Amino acid sequence: MTDSLTFHFDVDGENFVSAGQASVQVKKNLRELGFPPEIIRRVSIAMYEGEINMVIHAGGGAADVDVFEDRIVIVLSDHGPGIPDIDLAMQEGYSTATDNVRSLGFGAGMGLPNMKRYTDEMRIESKVGKGTVITMCIFV
Amino acid sequence: MTIGKLKELLDAEVLCGEERLDSDIHSACGSDMMSDVLAYVKDQAVLLTGLVNSQVIRTAEMMDMICVVFVRSKRPTPEMLEIAKDSGIAVLATKMRMYEACGTLYANGLGANPTA
Repeated sequence: MTDSLTFHFDVDGENFVSAGQASVQVKKNLRELGFPPEIIRRVSIAMYEGEINMVIHAGGGAADVDVFEDRIVIVLSDHGPGIPDIDLAMQEGYSTATDNVRSLGFGAGMGLPNMKRYTDEMRIESKVGKGTVITMCIFV
Repeated sequence: MTIGKLKELLDAEVLCGEERLDSDIHSACGSDMMSDVLAYVKDQAVLLTGLVNSQVIRTAEMMDMICVVFVRSKRPTPEMLEIAKDSGIAVLATKMRMYEACGTLYANGLGANPTA
Protein backbone atom coordinates (compact mmCIF):
# COMPACT_ATOMS: atom_id res chain seq x y z
CA MET A 1 0.00 0.00 0.00
CA THR A 2 2.23 2.74 -1.23
CA ASP A 3 -0.33 5.00 -2.84
CA SER A 4 -1.20 7.95 -0.71
CA LEU A 5 -3.11 11.19 -0.88
CA THR A 6 -1.07 14.21 0.10
CA PHE A 7 -2.30 17.52 1.46
CA HIS A 8 -0.05 20.52 1.95
CA PHE A 9 -0.85 23.66 3.94
CA ASP A 10 1.03 26.82 4.75
CA VAL A 11 0.30 27.90 8.30
CA ASP A 12 0.18 31.68 8.68
CA GLY A 13 2.11 32.66 11.78
CA GLU A 14 0.74 36.18 11.94
CA ASN A 15 -2.90 35.31 12.26
CA PHE A 16 -4.22 33.66 15.41
CA VAL A 17 -7.79 33.92 14.14
CA SER A 18 -7.12 31.70 11.13
CA ALA A 19 -5.06 29.17 13.09
CA GLY A 20 -6.63 25.75 12.78
CA GLN A 21 -7.88 26.17 9.22
CA ALA A 22 -5.59 23.43 7.92
CA SER A 23 -6.87 21.02 10.58
CA VAL A 24 -10.46 21.87 9.70
CA GLN A 25 -9.72 21.11 6.05
CA VAL A 26 -8.00 17.83 6.88
CA LYS A 27 -10.94 16.85 9.04
CA LYS A 28 -13.31 17.50 6.11
CA ASN A 29 -11.10 15.58 3.70
CA LEU A 30 -10.84 12.55 5.98
CA ARG A 31 -14.59 12.59 6.51
CA GLU A 32 -15.13 12.54 2.75
CA LEU A 33 -12.69 9.66 2.46
CA GLY A 34 -14.79 7.73 4.96
CA PHE A 35 -12.35 7.28 7.85
CA PRO A 36 -13.85 6.33 11.25
CA PRO A 37 -14.86 9.34 13.40
CA GLU A 38 -12.51 8.43 16.25
CA ILE A 39 -9.51 8.34 13.88
CA ILE A 40 -10.55 11.65 12.33
CA ARG A 41 -10.88 13.24 15.75
CA ARG A 42 -7.43 12.06 16.86
CA VAL A 43 -5.81 13.31 13.65
CA SER A 44 -7.54 16.66 13.78
CA ILE A 45 -6.85 17.34 17.48
CA ALA A 46 -3.16 16.42 17.14
CA MET A 47 -2.79 18.53 14.03
CA TYR A 48 -4.76 21.42 15.53
CA GLU A 49 -2.53 21.52 18.62
CA GLY A 50 0.48 21.48 16.31
CA GLU A 51 -0.90 24.29 14.21
CA ILE A 52 -1.59 26.40 17.28
CA ASN A 53 1.96 25.74 18.47
CA MET A 54 3.38 26.84 15.13
CA VAL A 55 1.41 30.07 15.29
CA ILE A 56 2.16 30.97 18.91
CA HIS A 57 5.78 29.82 19.08
CA ALA A 58 7.29 29.62 15.62
CA GLY A 59 5.78 32.32 13.41
CA GLY A 60 4.00 29.76 11.25
CA GLY A 61 5.25 26.91 9.13
CA ALA A 62 4.07 24.11 6.91
CA ALA A 63 1.79 21.15 7.48
CA ASP A 64 1.91 18.08 5.25
CA VAL A 65 -0.51 15.22 5.64
CA ASP A 66 -0.07 11.89 3.90
CA VAL A 67 -3.13 9.69 3.92
CA PHE A 68 -2.58 5.97 3.39
CA GLU A 69 -5.20 3.27 3.71
CA ASP A 70 -3.70 1.99 6.94
CA ARG A 71 -2.20 5.13 8.46
CA ILE A 72 -2.16 8.91 8.42
CA VAL A 73 1.13 10.76 8.72
CA ILE A 74 1.28 14.42 9.69
CA VAL A 75 4.51 16.40 9.32
CA LEU A 76 4.64 19.87 10.84
CA SER A 77 7.75 21.91 10.09
CA ASP A 78 8.71 25.41 11.10
CA HIS A 79 11.69 27.75 11.17
CA GLY A 80 10.97 28.95 14.68
CA PRO A 81 13.27 29.18 17.70
CA GLY A 82 13.46 25.40 18.22
CA ILE A 83 12.94 23.45 21.44
CA PRO A 84 16.03 23.45 23.70
CA ASP A 85 14.86 20.65 26.01
CA ILE A 86 12.36 18.28 24.40
CA ASP A 87 11.85 16.14 27.53
CA LEU A 88 10.92 19.24 29.48
CA ALA A 89 8.61 20.47 26.71
CA MET A 90 6.84 17.10 26.76
CA GLN A 91 5.90 17.47 30.45
CA GLU A 92 2.24 18.25 31.00
CA GLY A 93 1.85 21.77 32.32
CA TYR A 94 5.25 23.03 31.14
CA SER A 95 4.83 26.01 28.86
CA THR A 96 6.85 28.94 27.55
CA ALA A 97 3.75 30.68 26.20
CA THR A 98 3.23 34.33 27.03
CA ASP A 99 0.39 35.67 29.18
CA ASN A 100 -1.17 36.96 26.00
CA VAL A 101 -1.37 33.44 24.58
CA ARG A 102 -2.81 32.17 27.87
CA SER A 103 -5.50 34.81 27.74
CA LEU A 104 -6.52 33.28 24.40
CA GLY A 105 -7.13 29.91 26.05
CA PHE A 106 -3.88 28.18 25.14
CA GLY A 107 -0.44 27.82 26.69
CA ALA A 108 -1.48 25.43 29.44
CA GLY A 109 1.45 23.19 28.63
CA MET A 110 -0.78 20.54 27.09
CA GLY A 111 -0.05 20.96 23.39
CA LEU A 112 2.81 18.51 22.87
CA PRO A 113 1.49 16.00 25.46
CA ASN A 114 -1.89 16.09 23.71
CA MET A 115 -0.25 15.48 20.35
CA LYS A 116 1.49 12.43 21.80
CA ARG A 117 -1.68 11.28 23.55
CA TYR A 118 -3.74 11.28 20.37
CA THR A 119 -1.18 9.73 18.02
CA ASP A 120 0.42 6.29 17.83
CA GLU A 121 3.89 7.59 17.02
CA MET A 122 5.43 11.00 17.41
CA ARG A 123 8.95 12.17 16.64
CA ILE A 124 10.33 15.62 17.38
CA GLU A 125 13.45 16.89 15.65
CA SER A 126 14.45 20.34 16.76
CA LYS A 127 17.47 22.60 16.47
CA VAL A 128 17.67 25.74 18.53
CA GLY A 129 17.65 28.76 16.25
CA LYS A 130 16.79 26.63 13.21
CA GLY A 131 13.35 25.18 13.73
CA THR A 132 11.34 22.10 14.54
CA VAL A 133 9.94 19.19 12.59
CA ILE A 134 7.28 17.05 14.25
CA THR A 135 6.18 13.82 12.59
CA MET A 136 3.07 12.11 13.89
CA CYS A 137 1.53 8.86 12.75
CA ILE A 138 -1.91 7.46 13.46
CA PHE A 139 -2.70 3.89 12.43
CA VAL A 140 -6.15 3.25 11.05
CA MET B 1 -31.78 16.64 27.27
CA THR B 2 -32.04 18.68 24.09
CA ILE B 3 -30.26 21.93 23.25
CA GLY B 4 -33.70 23.54 23.45
CA LYS B 5 -34.05 22.38 27.08
CA LEU B 6 -30.57 23.71 27.85
CA LYS B 7 -31.60 27.06 26.37
CA GLU B 8 -34.63 27.14 28.63
CA LEU B 9 -32.68 26.17 31.77
CA LEU B 10 -29.98 28.79 31.19
CA ASP B 11 -32.44 31.40 29.94
CA ALA B 12 -30.09 31.62 26.98
CA GLU B 13 -30.30 33.37 23.67
CA VAL B 14 -29.67 31.37 20.50
CA LEU B 15 -27.15 33.21 18.31
CA CYS B 16 -26.94 30.58 15.60
CA GLY B 17 -27.98 27.00 14.97
CA GLU B 18 -31.68 27.39 15.76
CA GLU B 19 -32.26 24.23 13.72
CA ARG B 20 -30.24 22.21 16.23
CA LEU B 21 -32.53 22.87 19.21
CA ASP B 22 -34.02 19.38 18.97
CA SER B 23 -30.60 17.70 19.02
CA ASP B 24 -29.93 15.49 22.01
CA ILE B 25 -27.01 16.21 24.32
CA HIS B 26 -25.73 13.79 26.93
CA SER B 27 -22.80 15.58 28.53
CA ALA B 28 -21.03 18.90 28.79
CA CYS B 29 -17.87 20.55 30.01
CA GLY B 30 -16.99 24.04 31.18
CA SER B 31 -13.58 25.63 30.65
CA ASP B 32 -11.81 28.79 29.59
CA MET B 33 -8.67 26.84 28.69
CA MET B 34 -8.98 25.30 25.25
CA SER B 35 -5.85 23.20 25.80
CA ASP B 36 -7.62 21.49 28.70
CA VAL B 37 -10.73 20.92 26.63
CA LEU B 38 -8.59 19.26 23.99
CA ALA B 39 -6.82 17.16 26.61
CA TYR B 40 -9.59 15.90 28.83
CA VAL B 41 -12.85 16.02 27.02
CA LYS B 42 -14.25 12.94 25.36
CA ASP B 43 -17.55 12.73 23.54
CA GLN B 44 -18.97 15.74 25.26
CA ALA B 45 -21.52 17.58 23.22
CA VAL B 46 -21.56 20.99 24.86
CA LEU B 47 -18.82 23.46 25.77
CA LEU B 48 -19.56 26.23 28.25
CA THR B 49 -16.97 28.99 28.25
CA GLY B 50 -16.32 32.63 29.06
CA LEU B 51 -13.50 32.85 26.53
CA VAL B 52 -14.26 34.71 23.32
CA ASN B 53 -12.14 34.07 20.25
CA SER B 54 -12.45 32.02 17.10
CA GLN B 55 -10.38 29.17 18.54
CA VAL B 56 -13.23 28.38 20.94
CA ILE B 57 -15.41 27.39 18.00
CA ARG B 58 -12.53 25.57 16.28
CA THR B 59 -11.82 23.62 19.48
CA ALA B 60 -15.47 22.61 19.70
CA GLU B 61 -15.36 21.56 16.08
CA MET B 62 -12.24 19.44 16.59
CA MET B 63 -13.95 17.71 19.51
CA ASP B 64 -17.12 17.03 17.47
CA MET B 65 -19.16 19.17 19.86
CA ILE B 66 -22.52 20.45 18.66
CA CYS B 67 -23.16 23.36 21.01
CA VAL B 68 -21.13 26.22 22.55
CA VAL B 69 -22.59 28.32 25.36
CA PHE B 70 -21.01 31.66 26.25
CA VAL B 71 -21.49 32.53 29.91
CA ARG B 72 -21.35 35.89 31.73
CA SER B 73 -23.10 37.67 28.85
CA LYS B 74 -20.07 37.26 26.58
CA ARG B 75 -20.82 37.80 22.90
CA PRO B 76 -19.02 36.02 20.09
CA THR B 77 -17.89 38.00 17.05
CA PRO B 78 -19.73 37.73 13.71
CA GLU B 79 -16.67 35.88 12.38
CA MET B 80 -17.02 33.26 15.13
CA LEU B 81 -20.69 32.80 14.31
CA GLU B 82 -19.79 32.27 10.66
CA ILE B 83 -17.33 29.52 11.61
CA ALA B 84 -19.99 27.96 13.86
CA LYS B 85 -22.60 28.02 11.09
CA ASP B 86 -20.16 26.36 8.68
CA SER B 87 -19.49 23.65 11.25
CA GLY B 88 -23.12 23.12 12.23
CA ILE B 89 -22.51 24.20 15.83
CA ALA B 90 -25.29 25.90 17.80
CA VAL B 91 -24.09 28.99 19.69
CA LEU B 92 -25.95 30.28 22.75
CA ALA B 93 -25.32 33.08 25.24
CA THR B 94 -26.47 33.26 28.85
CA LYS B 95 -26.17 35.88 31.57
CA MET B 96 -25.35 33.18 34.10
CA ARG B 97 -21.81 32.83 35.38
CA MET B 98 -19.88 29.66 34.66
CA TYR B 99 -20.49 28.04 38.06
CA GLU B 100 -24.20 28.72 38.03
CA ALA B 101 -24.66 27.63 34.42
CA CYS B 102 -22.75 24.36 34.91
CA GLY B 103 -24.50 23.69 38.22
CA THR B 104 -27.93 24.28 36.73
CA LEU B 105 -27.31 21.86 33.88
CA TYR B 106 -25.73 19.26 36.16
CA ALA B 107 -28.62 19.43 38.63
CA ASN B 108 -31.00 18.86 35.74
CA GLY B 109 -29.31 15.67 34.64
CA LEU B 110 -26.68 16.80 32.15
CA GLY B 111 -23.58 15.05 33.46
CA ALA B 112 -19.90 15.26 32.70
CA ASN B 113 -19.56 11.72 31.47
CA PRO B 114 -21.20 10.78 28.19
CA THR B 115 -21.57 7.13 29.15
CA ALA B 116 -23.30 7.87 32.47
